[in-house]
Parts: sequence; structure tokens; C-alpha cells
Amino acid sequence: MADYDVKELDVLVIGAGGAGLRAAIESASLGARTGVVCKSLLGKAHTVMAEGGIAAAMGNVWAEDNWKIHFRDTMRGGKMLNNWRMAQLHAQEAPDRVFELEEWGAAFDRTPDGRILQRDFGGHRYARLAHVGDRTGLEMIRTLQYKAIYLDDLEVFMECTVLRLLVEGGRVTGAIAYWRETGRFVVFRAKATVLATGGIGKAFRFTSASWEYTGDGHALALWAGADMLDMEFVQFHPTGMIWPPSARGILVTEGVRGDGGVLRNSEGRRFMFDYIPPFFAAETADNEAEADRWYDDKRNRRPPELLPRDEVARAINAEVKAGRGSPHGGVFLDIASRRSAEYIERRLPSMYEQFLELADVDITKEPMEVGPTCHYMMGGVRVEPDTCAATVPGLYAAGEVAGGMHGSNRLGGNSLGDLLVFGRRAGAAAAEFARSAGGLGPLDEAQVARICADALQPFANEQGESPYELHRELQQTMQDLVGIIRTESELAEARDRLVGLAARVPGLYAEGNRQFNPGWHLAIDLRAMVAVSTCITLSALERRESRGGHTRDDYPKPDPEYFGKHNHITRLEEDGTVSVHAEPLPEMPPELAELFEEATVS
Amino acid sequence: MTVTAEKLTETPTQTPLVTMRLWRGDATGGCFVDYEVEASEGEVVLDVVHRVQATQAPDLAVRWNCKAGKCGSCSAEVNGRPRLMCMTRMSTLPPGEAVTIAPMKTFPILKDLVSDVSFNYVVARQIPPLAPRPREADGTHRIAQVDIDRVQEFHKCIECFLCQDVCHVIRDHEGNKAHFAGPRFFVRAAALEMHPLDTLDRRPLLRHHLGLAYCNITKCCTEVCPVGIKITDNSIIPLKERVVDGYFDPIAWLGRKIRRKPARTPVTEPLAPQATAGANGPRPGRRSPGEA
Repeated sequence: MADYDVKELDVLVIGAGGAGLRAAIESASLGARTGVVCKSLLGKAHTVMAEGGIAAAMGNVWAEDNWKIHFRDTMRGGKMLNNWRMAQLHAQEAPDRVFELEEWGAAFDRTPDGRILQRDFGGHRYARLAHVGDRTGLEMIRTLQYKAIYLDDLEVFMECTVLRLLVEGGRVTGAIAYWRETGRFVVFRAKATVLATGGIGKAFRFTSASWEYTGDGHALALWAGADMLDMEFVQFHPTGMIWPPSARGILVTEGVRGDGGVLRNSEGRRFMFDYIPPFFAAETADNEAEADRWYDDKRNRRPPELLPRDEVARAINAEVKAGRGSPHGGVFLDIASRRSAEYIERRLPSMYEQFLELADVDITKEPMEVGPTCHYMMGGVRVEPDTCAATVPGLYAAGEVAGGMHGSNRLGGNSLGDLLVFGRRAGAAAAEFARSAGGLGPLDEAQVARICADALQPFANEQGESPYELHRELQQTMQDLVGIIRTESELAEARDRLVGLAARVPGLYAEGNRQFNPGWHLAIDLRAMVAVSTCITLSALERRESRGGHTRDDYPKPDPEYFGKHNHITRLEEDGTVSVHAEPLPEMPPELAELFEEATVS
Repeated sequence: MTVTAEKLTETPTQTPLVTMRLWRGDATGGCFVDYEVEASEGEVVLDVVHRVQATQAPDLAVRWNCKAGKCGSCSAEVNGRPRLMCMTRMSTLPPGEAVTIAPMKTFPILKDLVSDVSFNYVVARQIPPLAPRPREADGTHRIAQVDIDRVQEFHKCIECFLCQDVCHVIRDHEGNKAHFAGPRFFVRAAALEMHPLDTLDRRPLLRHHLGLAYCNITKCCTEVCPVGIKITDNSIIPLKERVVDGYFDPIAWLGRKIRRKPARTPVTEPLAPQATAGANGPRPGRRSPGEA
């Protein structure tokens, strides 16, 4: 029989980034005994990497702004595949979530009249992002962390990785995990479980993600029988560092462009003017003079550098391919020639430091070299918009691990608001579910024993393959074949290679003992990464069009008639295979639909 | 192991070998072990440590997350100096010499380069959080940028705990941890005390429980801060001045006698002086129940 500890909770939250902490704060504030499990130390979650800000139509800088315009921007940025109700809730509630952070001590940058300052970002009609320089995510996580630690009903379990959700009678009854420090197992018995595990970036080679981003929550939900939504949509952020090689993928905030930075090719041309799609032509400036006037006068049309991320990433890719790239295979991002050194250092302090320390580049004097980097997962657990409930009872999902909110492409600044709005909703709904659920579900010790034995397999394998090597192959496969530009033959090859990789996972070998053993941890994380990569690849094969974060070389245009009206549902079938099928989009109510008929919203 | 160094080489060109002298062991003891490993142009220490992990020592324990100087996880002592491994470029270290990496000395060792930093999470909870004044009639808080600048400097803290590691008050005197919060938490206290919305007075707490007076302003903490917070000049010294003003300045004393009630509510006792063992057990989240 397996040896493990048992913790009993009302609500288990998996993940301690913005969504997880906000969910836990809400749940514990409602009196539910809440536990938060995180793979790292508290306060280190990937949310700290968010730079630009929180999009919220507070109207502090442009009084004309309101939730309807934010809603419209979000839907258009997602190429209308978003769940309209999630986009609506997000746009309506984001301002209150920002004011709440301010109340809890977040020190946002201020307007001249002392209110919260808002900055411009791609795809947003008005300056809308509440921010703290270019380290908004750090401010957010620290604020939530220092809200959470004082709550009596909230307990944090650090450096603890969840292996599987426990499912009894079709309901999620908690999870089994291991302490990274000792390698011992622990069972969390819970009446409701919230997934807030973030994304999948570590499945790709060039990524802005930290080691934690191994798709755990996506895989946990899949294995528990939950529906996954639109898994093909992976966002490649247009501007990651590309030099030196060790810094490749590290994010360069969109705030650089929001604050006046422009993209140039090796000929010095602002090439984005050549890539304005018809969908955004009416609202995008077609000459430099108008684009430059926009920063001060919003009656002008937006600079094309601030098109949604998918458009900019594709354009950079095309310029490099056409031989007009920078020396290391990217393009130039230039703010030095456009803003004063004092302005740059004040607005973008961590970008300034990052380039100076890692690349010997002074961004107040010379341009940066940038290129696309895997950044965000739009697809995720299918949830009920108002409660964040997954399709398996007792399971909730919020933040990046949940699907639907961002459609096929997320706008910058909409992630942090997403974490707060839906973190809070998931926490409240989970606490309510726990309250009405009665007691804890039964604990199937045989199920627990099986999962424990399975986790220890890498030690039982007397020798075998290195998890580091398998990980490298997985990243290369996803980068080369399921990356920013996709095509049928390559996706099919990726599908076949993933079958091979999945077959090798049980043979992975871990040296040493169970105490804080990264090789063993990676061997376990790879199970999730391979499962999620498979979902992405299969869903991408099925979507025979180009839309948002999914660009098909063999189907270069969007298909408004069929794919534009369907989401993709991915799930694990009884026989262990992953299936993909299309479902019609939920119908938008007329009062929201009419927002898209007008040329502009005012 | 079937992996060879060649298979994992990132660049086709021949790269020089470096010697990484890494501390290996756990709470019961250990020693430095040398690894010969390739290092490519532009790499940071963490890249090379990862290469050791991927090719020679798969169970080498090292904490890291963002690899961009934003999360404060990969703190260690590189050639004796407390640093973030992800922001220390190999090219800044003496060429041809072994690079020595040890875990932070001030905290108990868990394994290899990973130390037990739970002390910091216990101290964090003792300092009462922001107690904001009411909002204006229009529902906003009005704060001038100039009044929040200093707080923003303190909020740059990434909780790498390098300042705690270098501080001799706790580095050399384990017993002081019971009554000394350390530079990180003086920065935290200063961020609260100087927050324009705050209504508490944490000076009694700083004087009697958090050990502010133990600091003799050697500024070691400021020197190692990877995000450039002027810990000593901007947080500790101003806090010391506030405590002195509050307790020993006769004019301030007279002012308090004349005024009916204090402008801010004094805090005299720490919150949860020990890790509280409530119904949910110790907090925040000691990792493993089996340990001391």
C-alpha cells in the first residue's frame, strides 16, 4: 500500500499565480477551508513575468472608453471565436478588480490628477492598461500574495506538484501530489477543485515561459474526462529577445510599442504598413505621419505596430523569411530614435535593465533585435462562463488554463484582467459548490496506489532514456512543426512523432533519490506536455483555415462560413485516444451583436 | 544514461569548456564537485548549471523559474557573492578559473543549491498589511505620482532573499532570526509605512519585535540587491529616523501630548509571532510534514 499524507479541504486550488491566488482569496473569504498548491515558492508564479498591464475600461485617460468598447476590441482581437459571455463579464468586471488591487496596496502609476494611469496596447482602442512601469505582473502577484497570507481559512502548500485529479463517481474529489522537497506523496481530499495552472509554453523551444509551464492543468482536466476548447490556438508574442542565444524567447513587452516604439526591417523600413489586414484597415493608419499623431490624438487611426499580436508576429516572420531580417534572424524594435532616454528609462525600466544586462544593448541608444516567441495558450478547459465550472462536476478552471475568453488570439493586457475576474468567480463558485456538496467524496485507495506507483516508475526503470533529451525532442518537434506557421503535412508528421514520444515516456529514467530531483520531476512533467501537445496538434490539423494564433500555409485565409462559426472540442475517449469535434459557437444576444455592425463604437 | 554531450550541443561551433564547482549534498553534509562543461557566447551561469543538469547530473537540485531576473528564485553564492544565477553572465567571471556555486548560507540547506527559505515566509506574516484610508467621494483614491514613487521602488523587490542572505545579523548569528526581520522585511515595512493610503503606525513593532536597531547600516544588502533598491538609504535609515522621532524626540513627544489622538493607529504586537498551528496546520505551507 502506498505511503502518503492526507489533507482535507473544502476547496483545493491548484496554482498560485494571479488566478489561483484570486480564487483562493475569494474562496477563503467566503469561509471555505481553502488550500493552494504551487509547484514553486509562493510569489514566484509566472504572473510575475507579465509586464504591460491590466486592461480595464476605467476611462481614466480617455473618458470615452467603456466596457462595450473593451468587449468589442476583445472579440475582434480573438477573431470572434471568443465565448461572448466571458468577454462581456471580463470587460464589465475588470475595473472593479483593478480598484480592489489598489485597495489591497498595489501602487499603480498615476495620472496627473492622481488616478490610476492607463497605457496604450495592441488591439485596444483607447489607452486602457493599468500598470506599474513594465512590471505589472510582479505588483499583482505580490499584492495578491500579501492579501492571501493573512487569511485564516487559507493555507499554501509550496513546492508541491499535482500528479492527477481524483475522480469518484464522475465527480472530482481532490488530487494527489508529491512534495518536491522530499518526493513523498500527499492526497488532497476536497469538495471542489480549481485549476489555475497557467499555460503550456515549455512544450516549445523558444518561449517566454518558465519551467512550470508544462500544461499540468490542461492535462489533469483532460485525464479527468473534461472537455477542452480550441486547443490549436497558441499565441506567439511578436517580440521576444533573440540574441544572445541563451536569452532567446525572453519577453519584450508590447508596452515598448504602446509607448512609441516601431518595428523596422534591415532596410530601415517600418514594414508593418505593408501588413495591414482588411479586417483592421478601417481603424489602422496607412502612413507614418498619421500613425505618429495617434499617440496624442485618438481621432487619428492606430499605428500598425499596434495591430493584434497574431498579425504582428506573422509580419515579422514574413520579413525574416524574405531576407529583410536583422543579423540574428529577427527584426529591429526601435524606441531609441523616437523617445527620450529619460522617458524610456521611466516607462520601461525592466526592459532597459534586461537588454543592458543580458545583451549589452542600451535601448535608449540603439534598437533591439526581436522575433516571435511562444507566449500564451488561448485554448484550455471548457468552462461555464459565469462560474468557471468545467464539464466534470466539482472541477473549475480560471486563467490561462481555461479556454474561451480570448478566442483565437488574446489581446495584450487581457490576461491579467482574466486572472482576476475569473479567478474570483471560480473561487466563489467552488466555495458555493463545496458548501452545498455535503461531505468529502470517498477515497479510493487503490486509485491512489496506482498513481503513486506510476509516478515512481522512472526510479523503477533500472536504466533508460534521459528526460532532458526527450524534452528537447518534444520542444523541437512543436517548434518546427506546430509553430507559428502550420501546414497539413507537418502537422501530420508532428502527430506521428508525438505518438513515438508518448511511447517513450514510460521508459524515462530518473537517477538518484526522490529528494528534490529535477530529472524525476521533468520525467513526470513530460506526461502532461506530451498529452497537451497532442491535443494542440490534433485540433490544429482539423482547423483548415487561418485565424488568430493558428496560421495554416495550406489554408491561408479565414473561413467565415464554417470554421468561423465553430469551436473545437478535444477530449480523451474511453480507448485512450484524443478526439476532436466541432461545435457551433454560442449565439450572441442581439444587443451585443449590434456592437459589431456599427463602423465604430462611441 | 544514454545522453552524450555532443547531442545536446546548441551550436555547431566548438565552445570552450569551463569548470563548474557546484556544492552537492543535503542537510547531513556535502562537498563541492567539479563538472567540466561547455559554455556558449552570451550565456549566464544558470544556463551552464542547466547544461550540467541535462548532461552529467540529472538530479542536481536548483531552484529557478523565469530566467529573466523577475522572479527571484535562482539565488545562490557565485564565487562567494550572493547573486541571481540567471542574471550573472559567464563573461563577467574570471576566465580560465572554476566557477564556484554554493547555496545561500544564511538558510538551512535542503539539497545541493536549494535552501530552506521558509524563515522569510514566517516573518512576512508578522507585519500587518496595508490599512487604507477611505476612498474619496467620487470612489477614487487620489495619489500624486511623486507620492507613490518611493513605494514603487520598494515594490520592485523580487523576494530573492539575497539581502537576507548577506546580512551578517542573521548570517553569522542564527539566534537573531527570532527577533530580527531582515532587510527584505524592512523594505516591506517601509513600503507600508510610506504608502500614501496607509493608516497604521508600525514603529512600535519595528522597535520591539522586528529588531530594526540591530542593523548597523553596513549597506551589504543594498550592494547585492539585483533590482537596485536602495535598501539602507531609502528604507532602513528612514525607518530608524521615524522610530527615533517617535520615541526620543522631545518636540514630537510634546506634539503627541497636545494632539488628542494619534494620526495613525499604532501596532505594538506582531501578527502570528510563530507560524500559527491552527486547524489547518502551520502556515504558510511548510512543504513537508515529516520535517522539523
